[in-house]
Amino acid sequence: MKRGLDGPEPDERPTPAGRRNKQGIRIDPEVEATHEPRRTVISALVEHEPGVLSDVSGLFSRRQFNIESLTVGPTEDEDRARITIVVEEPDPGIDQVEKQLRKLVPVISVRELEPDAMRRELALIKVNAERPDQVAAVADMYDAKTVDSSPETATVEVTGARQKIEAAVETFSQFGIREISRTGTTALARGTDQTATAGSTAQPADEANRDDQYQRADDD
Amino acid sequence: MSERAAKVSPADDEQDDDQITDSATPDAATEDDVKSETTEPVTTGAESVVRALENAGVEHAFGVQGGAIMPVYDALYDSDIRHVTMAHEQGAAHAADAYGIVSGKPGICLATSGPGATNLVTGLADADMDSDPLVALTGQVPTELVGNDAFQETDTTGVTTPVTKNNTFASDSDRVGSDVSEAFALAGEGRPGPTLVDLPKDITNGETDREPDAPAVPETYEVQERADEEIVKAAAERIENAARPVMLLGGGVIKSEASEACREFAIEHDIPVITTMPGIGSFPEDHELSLEMAGMHGTGYANMAITHCDTLIGIGTRFDDRLTGGIETFAPDADLIHVDIDPAEISKNIHADYPLVGDAETVVEQLVDAVDKSPEATKWRAQCQQWKSDYSMAYDAPKDKPVQPEFVIEALDEATSDRAIVTTGVGQHQMWACQYWTYTEPRTWVSSHGLGTMGYGLPSAIGARIAADDDQEVVCIDGDGSFLMTLQGLSVAVREELDITVAVLNNEYIGMVRQWQDAFFDGRHSASDYSWMPEFDKLAEAFGAEGFRIDDYDDVADTIEDAIAYDGPSVIDVHIDPDANVYPMVPSGGDNGQFALAEDQL
Repeated sequence: MKRGLDGPEPDERPTPAGRRNKQGIRIDPEVEATHEPRRTVISALVEHEPGVLSDVSGLFSRRQFNIESLTVGPTEDEDRARITIVVEEPDPGIDQVEKQLRKLVPVISVRELEPDAMRRELALIKVNAERPDQVAAVADMYDAKTVDSSPETATVEVTGARQKIEAAVETFSQFGIREISRTGTTALARGTDQTATAGSTAQPADEANRDDQYQRADDD
Repeated sequence: MSERAAKVSPADDEQDDDQITDSATPDAATEDDVKSETTEPVTTGAESVVRALENAGVEHAFGVQGGAIMPVYDALYDSDIRHVTMAHEQGAAHAADAYGIVSGKPGICLATSGPGATNLVTGLADADMDSDPLVALTGQVPTELVGNDAFQETDTTGVTTPVTKNNTFASDSDRVGSDVSEAFALAGEGRPGPTLVDLPKDITNGETDREPDAPAVPETYEVQERADEEIVKAAAERIENAARPVMLLGGGVIKSEASEACREFAIEHDIPVITTMPGIGSFPEDHELSLEMAGMHGTGYANMAITHCDTLIGIGTRFDDRLTGGIETFAPDADLIHVDIDPAEISKNIHADYPLVGDAETVVEQLVDAVDKSPEATKWRAQCQQWKSDYSMAYDAPKDKPVQPEFVIEALDEATSDRAIVTTGVGQHQMWACQYWTYTEPRTWVSSHGLGTMGYGLPSAIGARIAADDDQEVVCIDGDGSFLMTLQGLSVAVREELDITVAVLNNEYIGMVRQWQDAFFDGRHSASDYSWMPEFDKLAEAFGAEGFRIDDYDDVADTIEDAIAYDGPSVIDVHIDPDANVYPMVPSGGDNGQFALAEDQL
């Protein structure tokens, strides 16, 4: 008996002219468009309740979003916490991050921050203190405070943009770094621009789905 | 396994001293309530849980008893809610899932802590993938033991977070009823899905006189019902000017009760219609405009149309990879008009040129108002009809050869009414059930789509039977491998005297795997040979069901008639051609337009 079905075979069928890229966007096959990943900061205002942080971090690992840092802390309203996430994704990926975060029930609002937003990180750096004067000099250079010292060690606190922290770590390494602890980036929008507030969910979903012109975000 | 939890366990000794253990005392009811005796004030957390279900209009629940959930079951004892004790918690979740598909209201399942809750996980994941409305209530060890690795303790909210729409750990006897009300509302509102409330035993045993709040979603959960008028207008214009339009109806169409509106729209404007697998039944497959299902095992004509269209109106679909094949070759010349209630689905897999976020029924009505003239697509419509004859689904069934599965599906379809409900397991039999049964009504196709859960068929038939009207037959088309996974449910069907017909398409293989091994693994049948199957007809008899067997074509019509006529659960062990394969077929990530019609084309 015959196995299978009748009909024109694959190579006898017409084929369409177009193509899509990996992100499902129609492209001119001549010029394959790909989206390069970019680093950006997403700020989410959430209900301050147990399990929210694991919901959010679980979402990132489950959906394979490329996350660089995640910080969380209370806000002026004791029922609300702010989660600040640094992600590195192509634009469609950043869109997905925002949309998937918005879907979580305890999440109140989500926003990608402008490139000019204030971004800060805090680091505690514990170094060998054989040359205390030089440690103090380097600390000065980065506006760092010495928060603990012992005969063998000095611990300094540095705050600033990520690059500043990187540079400080680099410079302190000459003394021999014993331990480092960093907070990851936290951020706020500038001026009267709201970072993410309870009122800002009202952006209609279609609006969020319009093609945005993204700019490259540079750390300050 | 978890039935044993009913024995007194260390965890059971940790109850509040002042717990109410006997809620079955109607005489003690206060007289200030002059309604029926069911509206006595609640006295415990467990009673408020059950009250929340009653307030939400719940009539049925599916579950398995156990230590940590006992207080809730005790409260159920006095309730009018009909509880169906299942043989395994996975079956409880699938039955509740199917109940939700058929009735449109969230199905309820219950399980105890630990193994009871973990047994629900597959069913929760299934409902999550298919956006089926479902509420799971799980027992939990008393609060003070949580985190101590107590007997039958599992971090249920932690385990189920990735597979639920939302879950809650109840922490207050006064709030627990409202937690359940909220879970019920969340399961059904917006994009439906499974929700779970974890119920520590001290919370359900705890005293409370707080009546649960009415079902309502939290303020942070917002659903947009209507799409942006401007985008609707632009989309309408695109449709009017389309040369090659196609509608693609997904499961969301059925969930939002938009089938009728979609039918009218398609017929009014003469637009060919394709469905996804969960969208089966949203459009009558016997209508000329129907191209049936597209995707991996969709029809040739649906796959041709979706590949060559220039305007794709996707409604309530998430463009799963089984539908799209490789993204690069999916509808590559089409502008996509995408209607979905979940903004996160827009442009997730396929870029939407016209994103219409909203409830399918509402948005289709918006489109109906906005589209003034039908597209002039005469050539395209003729082309679609041509494809229907070019790629006909006609199959060979010589009478001297083993029974072909397609023939059995068609015979079952013929022997039942248009409103008969089909449930399936997962595998070849499921694909044949999609292809060779002619669906005309929404909520008559009950299957596991996104997760592809073998074993879904029988428990879902139980849930579907309980939700269905009396005059609707329920037929479970199963595979031998799938049926073996959850057949303990037969005991439930017998006990409840459920009129279900199970047709096991028995090819003594885990057939879809065997088909892939033949195509892609040089025919090396590693662990796919199922010649060790029991005799399912005899097994059915052992459970107290009616058993039938089909070996050749002469048996088919009569046996099916007898099995369907039997008033109770019947099982037909249908011995089909073990070499039968599912075609058309688009290999994973392949080009839909290049579907294979036979193995040599793969």
